[in-house]
Amino acid sequence: MQVFGAHEFQIIALSLRVALVSMACSLPLAILVAYALARYDFPGKMLADAIVHLPLVLPPVVVGFALLVLFGRHGPIGSVLDQWFGIVFAFRWTGAALASAIMGFPLMVRAIRLSMAAIDPRLEIAARTLGGSRLWVFASITLPLALPGIITGSLLSFARGLGEFGATITFVSSIPGETETLPLAIYTFTQVPGGDAYALRLSIVAVVLSLVALAASEWLTRRFATPADDRR
Amino acid sequence: MIDVDIEQQLGAFALAVRFAVDAPIVGLFGASGAGKTSVVNAIAGIGKPGRGSISVNGTLLFDSAQRINLPPDKRRVGYVFQDALLFPHLDVQRNLLYGQRLCPPTDRFIDPARIVALLGLDGLLRRGTVTLSGGERQRVAIGRALLAQPRILLMDEPLVALDAPRKDEVLDYIERLRDDLRIPMVYVSHSRSEIARLADAVVVLTHGRCTAVGDAESILNDPALTSPADRYDDSSLIEARVAAHDPADRLTTLVFDGGQLLVPLLDALPRDRVRIRIRARDVSLAIGRPIDISILNVLPGIVASVGARTGPSVDVRIAVGNGALTARITHRSLRELDIEQGLHVHALVKAVSLDLRD
Repeated sequence: MQVFGAHEFQIIALSLRVALVSMACSLPLAILVAYALARYDFPGKMLADAIVHLPLVLPPVVVGFALLVLFGRHGPIGSVLDQWFGIVFAFRWTGAALASAIMGFPLMVRAIRLSMAAIDPRLEIAARTLGGSRLWVFASITLPLALPGIITGSLLSFARGLGEFGATITFVSSIPGETETLPLAIYTFTQVPGGDAYALRLSIVAVVLSLVALAASEWLTRRFATPADDRR
Repeated sequence: MIDVDIEQQLGAFALAVRFAVDAPIVGLFGASGAGKTSVVNAIAGIGKPGRGSISVNGTLLFDSAQRINLPPDKRRVGYVFQDALLFPHLDVQRNLLYGQRLCPPTDRFIDPARIVALLGLDGLLRRGTVTLSGGERQRVAIGRALLAQPRILLMDEPLVALDAPRKDEVLDYIERLRDDLRIPMVYVSHSRSEIARLADAVVVLTHGRCTAVGDAESILNDPALTSPADRYDDSSLIEARVAAHDPADRLTTLVFDGGQLLVPLLDALPRDRVRIRIRARDVSLAIGRPIDISILNVLPGIVASVGARTGPSVDVRIAVGNGALTARITHRSLRELDIEQGLHVHALVKAVSLDLRD
């Protein structure tokens, strides 16, 4: 007996791909932004902080609409990316990933920033006096010590991507096989007669995926948090 | 050779320090808030002075006129902080080797095995840093700084967070390093006894200014440089050599150019150089040589000066050979014995009051 039909399987695979790609692509930028916000005072820091947090407080539909205007085929950013690099976001799965990344970004930055702010900056200074360049100290001291926050932030972003609805449907619509992720599919099934059973099955899948992600992040946090503490 | 000439504004605090010293261990001495940490930070390249220059053993680290300001990682200045600042995600061994790995093999001259042996770290290498005691943490921090192969080792109050027995333990290790590695050190402290025990030359800082520079003996024996807070432990410093041990009585005889001193048995070889601190309040004075007393050390000398009266007591400097001792006696005794400059006296010091470890 086949558990999932081809269509359902496609939906689940697409959702995972969108959530993972959006998480992975936003992670480097989130780490840099979190570090800048945690460690430096610069003019316009309040504004930068507000912009990072904007997707958290705006209605997701507004974010989706803004993406449509900016990253649409004829939008100021979208048209340049299309002509120069051949990158298209509008009505593609990459657009769904972009919408997820932006919606998850503030959650990711917050978690990473908190754990970076908790690191004694003098540890970084000590590493500099031992001969570490700025970049090496960041890689060998700051990043490992911020790992719990990086893991938590990644999980939050991944979960947000898995559940993203408003910005995605506004920006890239719900195209089966291309942009129809789990929440969009569940919504669609609830709108057609007799679709409830499918909607329920997919909802259970969403619950299971979320639990697995949560368990994985717990395990990773325990595994990498401060390995030195556990060894005797 | 350390040559520092810097001016730096740190909020409301103005630092203007200038000194040049050449000694194996330079003590940077002063009350808290005098600017000691700011000076070592400037040497390490943490924070940039407004003006001036810093050079160590002929290498220019900072010069505002020539626009030279080496970043901390290019200075090769080892820095031991007040709290060890070990990396919590690395075990002891990885902490120790952090700096060595970043140093090109051709520049390495201190071997990890030697540091591990000198600092007694063999049992700790696999341990996490969280389980270490305060003394162990500080020893690891010292080893880590040394294995980065520094030109000079800066230690900023490395014992301040430790209790007395741990202080002693770490001081012992620092002395072993001094005798074994021959790497120049700057030792920052507000504690006279630590400076007295370790430093060869002393730089005194007061309110962001350098108020005295000189060899340890002359600086630490200068009562003018003593703050009221540590007057209680005012003491004289005597450089001496081990002459003989008396295992039966558990005593050691030391000789210095003013005579000889008996002290509780020392863990040192004959002819070893040791430094004895004699607290002013442990020294009594007698005009004639006393007989039938328990005090073993009776040193003939001449009154060099009589200090100002503070409360009931007065400090009297006694020239003993080429050295000098301070005796703190009551003003009544001074009057009744007619003690004045030039008088021949005997300084009496109980052997049991002398302790190298203090």
